[in-house]
Amino acid sequence: MEQDWIWGLVGGLLIGLGGAVYLLANGRIMGASGILGGLVDGSGRDTWKERIAFLAGVFLLPIFIFPAYNSVETHVSQNWLIVIAAGLLVGIGTRFANGCTSGHGVCGISRFSLRGMVATVFYIMAGGVAVIIFRHMLGWV
Amino acid sequence: MRNLFAFIAGGLFGAGLFISGMTDTSKVQGWLDVFGNWDPTLAFVMGGAIIPMFFAWRLTKGRAPVVGGTFPTPPEPRIGRNLVLGSVLFGFGWGLAGLCPGPSIASLSYGGIMHWIFVAAMLVGMYVAPALRDRMDRTLDRSVAAE
Repeated sequence: MEQDWIWGLVGGLLIGLGGAVYLLANGRIMGASGILGGLVDGSGRDTWKERIAFLAGVFLLPIFIFPAYNSVETHVSQNWLIVIAAGLLVGIGTRFANGCTSGHGVCGISRFSLRGMVATVFYIMAGGVAVIIFRHMLGWV
Repeated sequence: MRNLFAFIAGGLFGAGLFISGMTDTSKVQGWLDVFGNWDPTLAFVMGGAIIPMFFAWRLTKGRAPVVGGTFPTPPEPRIGRNLVLGSVLFGFGWGLAGLCPGPSIASLSYGGIMHWIFVAAMLVGMYVAPALRDRMDRTLDRSVAAE
């Protein structure tokens, strides 16, 4: 547990490096919700190959690292109603806001984008409120 | 080349999410849980990710992307209704399940059926979002015009 922050920092640097490659090589902002959303709603039809290639990397790399770990527990809720509600909120919300933790958070804050900073403040506050309600008041998560 | 670079970027992103522990929903909810047993990891992940990106943005000045084309235009300063409302909805879902779009894809191979259900619901949400947004914009703009 004490080393968690070191792995957090190392992982964070890799995430930032991924964003740097996507930006400097392809000239694109690495936002997971935008890359996915463009495939789903058709707005990214012209760049679908690049989007699929990116998502394949995100999906596949953990499979290669996985054997180095004894077990990886994600502690996800086993209540499918909660999981579906959360998925819908994340899907709708990130497309309304045009970004998520990677696009607004990592890529936005690092270029001092006001929109990125405002979005980050709001989704963190809403996430904190959700945890207060669903963990401390209702005891669901 | 575009697709190879995209795959490398996605791989670094997925590896980073895995190594940092951000696909563990309890660490994300633990970071959001300021009144409980607070977990600081996410702040280190964010901080770590912003460092290379900060330098990357500086490198874009006066250059062009490797594959050609142009870099994204400077950030828009406009803070709209959709940005705020969307971020609140997203944050609420993020706190509820402890998953956001990137980690939800990175954890698909080992997270189990609930992660697939989450991603399916998220894709449905992304699919209906544009129509929902247009409808809301029309309704709200009409009510503003009527005043």
